[in-house]
Amino acid sequence: MMLSAEDFGALWLTLRLATTVTLVLLLLGTPIALWLARTRSAWREPVAAIVALPLVLPPTVLGFYLLIAMGPEGPVGALTEALGLGLLPFTFWGLVVASSLYSMPFVVQPIYNAIAAMGERPLEVAATLRASPWDAFFTVVLPMARPGFITAAVLGFAHTVGEFGVVLMIGGNIPDETRVASVQMYDHVEALAYSQAHGLAAVMLAFSFIVLFSLLRFQRSGGPLAARHVD
Amino acid sequence: MGQGHAAEAQLRVAVASNFSLAASEIAELFEQSADVEVQLSFASTGKLYAQILHGAPFDVFLSADSDKPLRLESEGRVVANSRFTYATGALVLWSADESYIQDGPAQLRAGEFRRLAMANPRVAPYGLAAEQVLDALEVPAQVASRRVLGENISQAYQFVASGNAELGLVARSQVMIGGRLQRGSAWPVPPLMHTAIKQDAVLLTNGSNEEAGRVFLAFLRSEPALRVLEDHGYVTAQEQLLQPGMVMAP
Repeated sequence: MMLSAEDFGALWLTLRLATTVTLVLLLLGTPIALWLARTRSAWREPVAAIVALPLVLPPTVLGFYLLIAMGPEGPVGALTEALGLGLLPFTFWGLVVASSLYSMPFVVQPIYNAIAAMGERPLEVAATLRASPWDAFFTVVLPMARPGFITAAVLGFAHTVGEFGVVLMIGGNIPDETRVASVQMYDHVEALAYSQAHGLAAVMLAFSFIVLFSLLRFQRSGGPLAARHVD
Repeated sequence: MGQGHAAEAQLRVAVASNFSLAASEIAELFEQSADVEVQLSFASTGKLYAQILHGAPFDVFLSADSDKPLRLESEGRVVANSRFTYATGALVLWSADESYIQDGPAQLRAGEFRRLAMANPRVAPYGLAAEQVLDALEVPAQVASRRVLGENISQAYQFVASGNAELGLVARSQVMIGGRLQRGSAWPVPPLMHTAIKQDAVLLTNGSNEEAGRVFLAFLRSEPALRVLEDHGYVTAQEQLLQPGMVMAP
């Protein structure tokens, strides 16, 4: 069960992609979840539905539309070319954009649930104590909704590691750029190199188990962000 | 209970994705001439191979290569003496842009593209042939490194059709219908530049309808089926004799 240099390259790329996507989604997903949990706007339901939409399409189909949208004749492709960024397909950042879109519901939903469960009261109290919105976020929302954030990070990370269809469609299988572990494993299977596939699958499962276990463990033991509940 | 249509036999055929269009047409013709209902299942050759190896109940396997049918034969999954080449694939250098390809080989060597799409040589016979073409044309390594790989030839086609890759080495069956280029510009790769893309068919022991399978395989070599193959850009018998001077009207 020896892993080749290419297998390690694919694993390292997957780790970089999943970490980047998780960070991007925590940054993007948190304001969306906050807004969804607190707004009374008529746009609430449409936005919530749009966030959940990537779940509906099969990943390869979503990837196919992204390929067209990000291509030279698509709206996203026209924009990125106008900005001098070139085209997104077949690049690492193209995968980041696509995976972020695809994993969005897995990050927004747990954060939304945690904030909704918290209710309006704690933030009202913070406001009467003259906490600024940023202050309230870091000292009230983040600690109280911490399990939601950790679940969001876990799901976003795991979902990106396991992501395959979208990457397959827009990646182009470039070593160290878009050939992630799931694609590499798929190639092993297609090439009938089953023992290499087993080796890579075992390493990826073991690694993912350790990461997920540590995160969940961290949630229970209470890390630096531990909630100081006074129920 | 009326038994009128229940007598119709069923035939399960596993088809490599690149042959899906032609297979559908051939199956339709076959159903008109025989009292057999054909069920086609499309997937990549590698996946179908794994499924057949693990007992998938197919009667016939139309592979995209000659390697998997041979392996199945040595695994004892194939009815003796049933293996034959039903189609030979051809490659074409293709661009979705009508005026892009002027002198295909020169443009490949000079690297006149941002991306060149092709199938993954490791898993797809068309990809292996494409790699041999790049070698035969002596395309420099730093130019060849700008290639993007599809898992199969359909994906390589999508990369080019969507404009994300300016050029691609795709299957002639994807861009030509009825002997005519459907869109864009092309350079037909001389079939001598790569090992022949032989697509083999076999009758499987997993199946439950060996008799209908035999009739179907015979039909694959019949005149109507050969016309479908030619129509979809697979290499014809005459073309194989004529070699290297190729004709392709845009």
